[in-house]
Amino acid sequence: MRKDVTTKSILLVEDSATTRALIRAIIDEMDDFNTVEAGSGFEALKLLPTQEFNLVITDVNMPDINGLELINFIKNNPRYKHIPLIIVSTERSEEDRKRGIALGAMAYITKPFKAHELQEAIKQAITDEGI
Amino acid sequence: MKASKKEFIAETEDILFGCQQLLLEIQDTYQASLNPDTINALFRSIHTLKGLSGLFGNHEITDLSHALESLLDDIRLGKINITEDVVNFLFKNLDILNSAVDGVKEDKEYDLKEHINNIKTFRESWKEGNIGPDIKGIIDDSILKVLSEYEEHRLKANIKNGKGIYLLKAIFELSTFDTSLEDLTKKIKSEGELISTLPVSAHVPEGSIGFNLMFASNKQLKELQKEIADNIEVLVRSKQAVTEPDKKPGQSIKSQAATVRVDIDKLDRILNTIGELTLAKDAVRRIGIEVAEVHTHSPFVRDIHKISQSLERKLSELQKEVLSIRMVPIGQIFSRLAQVIRRYSREMGKEIVITLYGEDTELDKSLAEEIVDPLMHLVRNSIDHGIEPVKERLAKGKKEQGCIILKAFQRGNYIVIEVTDDGRGIDIDSVMKKAIEKGMIDPSAGVEGELINFIFAPGFSTKDVASEISGRGVGLDVVKEKLSSLGGFTDIHTKKDEGTTFTLTLPITLAIIKALLVKVGNEKFGLPLTAISETVAVEHKDIQTIEWKDVYYIRGEMLPIISLAKIFGIESARNDVSFAVVVGFGKRKLGLLVDEILEQQEIVIKSLGEYFKGLSGFAGAAEIGRHEVILVLDIESIIEKSLIRQENYS
Repeated sequence: MRKDVTTKSILLVEDSATTRALIRAIIDEMDDFNTVEAGSGFEALKLLPTQEFNLVITDVNMPDINGLELINFIKNNPRYKHIPLIIVSTERSEEDRKRGIALGAMAYITKPFKAHELQEAIKQAITDEGI
Repeated sequence: MKASKKEFIAETEDILFGCQQLLLEIQDTYQASLNPDTINALFRSIHTLKGLSGLFGNHEITDLSHALESLLDDIRLGKINITEDVVNFLFKNLDILNSAVDGVKEDKEYDLKEHINNIKTFRESWKEGNIGPDIKGIIDDSILKVLSEYEEHRLKANIKNGKGIYLLKAIFELSTFDTSLEDLTKKIKSEGELISTLPVSAHVPEGSIGFNLMFASNKQLKELQKEIADNIEVLVRSKQAVTEPDKKPGQSIKSQAATVRVDIDKLDRILNTIGELTLAKDAVRRIGIEVAEVHTHSPFVRDIHKISQSLERKLSELQKEVLSIRMVPIGQIFSRLAQVIRRYSREMGKEIVITLYGEDTELDKSLAEEIVDPLMHLVRNSIDHGIEPVKERLAKGKKEQGCIILKAFQRGNYIVIEVTDDGRGIDIDSVMKKAIEKGMIDPSAGVEGELINFIFAPGFSTKDVASEISGRGVGLDVVKEKLSSLGGFTDIHTKKDEGTTFTLTLPITLAIIKALLVKVGNEKFGLPLTAISETVAVEHKDIQTIEWKDVYYIRGEMLPIISLAKIFGIESARNDVSFAVVVGFGKRKLGLLVDEILEQQEIVIKSLGEYFKGLSGFAGAAEIGRHEVILVLDIESIIEKSLIRQENYS
């Protein structure tokens, strides 16, 4: 599936260290991705301006700001609004899913999920954005 | 894609322990005023557990935590009201999760389907339906669209309760926004409930970040502007007439609960201040005495005396009051332990009857928290190693059910907690064997009362001896160490086939203690009065040496003597008569030789800090007035050392 050899950066926002490590491992199985981890929404806000990200993967339920608020921030900022977003959440809330998609997330994946589910979603998100 | 089993177990155990704590807090507070953050935190923990077990690949735990999460979701969204039944039901399910995680440890599969269905049924039967006010049109859509379902619920609940909804816009430097924002949210939380924190970038200068903070409060805008910040706007006006409390006397919005929750740190600071006032009071008294020597009949002297006496009375009243605020009944801890016993015994397939005595006995809150783990340890120990399997019990002619008694009572300034089981007792012979093997004792000199204490020694373990908690790898030495660090001590009574009693004795409070000030050479030391049974003058010529031990006969009884000067390498100023301060109980009695006994004084023990942490023999330092600082001795560890020292000599 390798289309492009340039390494792409993914910002992974998730407050559970274990889940973060697991998602990172799933991403690492794919080629050409460089994962930058943020343990909170605040950390993500600080990391965003530091480099170009090709994708943001975020949790919804986090202690400082929620994932929807982060998505809203990204989608309303001319500098970041092109970045595709994937929500990975343990919330099985239909309401949250709807809002996330309405705010501009490409996919809403609920934990627990299979590795290939997330990998497919990542490929999809990046292809759709035409990167 | 499996996380390693060990990591999974460690993390789930952590999460479940956290859940237990949160649920206990909910149990304690749901009737008065429950903090929605607590419920939310519990929900989040279970939700993390679900994700974790899903990734680990344990479907049973995933499904159960999923069901539990749905239940908690209903609770946090206000669809189910919290009652005692709900709390108990949650406790039960935490137990089930705990067992399931323990099952993973032993590669056992648990069928949790029945429990999962129970949760579903429970949810259905409790749902009351709680549709909040329609907020569309009241709150701007740009805010609503980013609220999570939970935040929306909190918003509705607050509007329903007549709280005002406010919006505060703030801009911070991007590099430091988190600390500034934290300060701001702290302020908001002290005035109400923070509902959402929305980062914004529109109309914000480069290098900065904006936040729209939506919060609920029953205060009026003016007040909030004064307390938090100027640029607050009102989204929904508060319906509560906080500023006019006497408007509707029949419908008072006064809180029904006549209690406040106080941060224990604040009480610590008050106690510290009292401690310092006590020093000032002592100074006044001393001045009184000095003045009296010069002006014997002056009315001033009488006045100073009177004032210092009344100061003393009032201060000790004040101190007693503050200390009593910190007191909690030990019953709180006992009920936690009872839960552990119930759960753990079920797992071990042992039926155990728990009896609690003295649940009303009070002790300092911070001590209570410290003592939980040691007690938990002892209780699990009793279940693991003490109580025999049913077959063995019946063969011994014992009742089928094992018995564990938790008992607390006050003795002087100490609280005594006993954990008693009617199990097989500790085999003294194997303790003896092991202690000899480890070179801890001389085979020719062993006393049962002392010998048994070896099971508290670090690294001491025999298979037959209850010194290790299954799966935890922590020995009883940890229990002893903890008690010692709290200024307490441990004791065991055991009889083969009849059972074991572990006794934990600890001071009721740590904050202020009465101390005896003594002098050795040029050094002054403080000895906690509670540890002292008496003081005697000792003529050096009466000290005898038996088996390399210095002893002194007091009322015909032999008392081992050790000189503080020798322990600390100080030159003693006396070579004829010294004083022996008698400390310890029973077989652990010891006379500490000092040059002079100065006075009794109330002291506030301060920690020696990180640098001197490893230093044993000292409980801390204390100021005794006139800017003089002394070291306060940790009697228990000195007794301990002297016993070892004497063993080594022999």
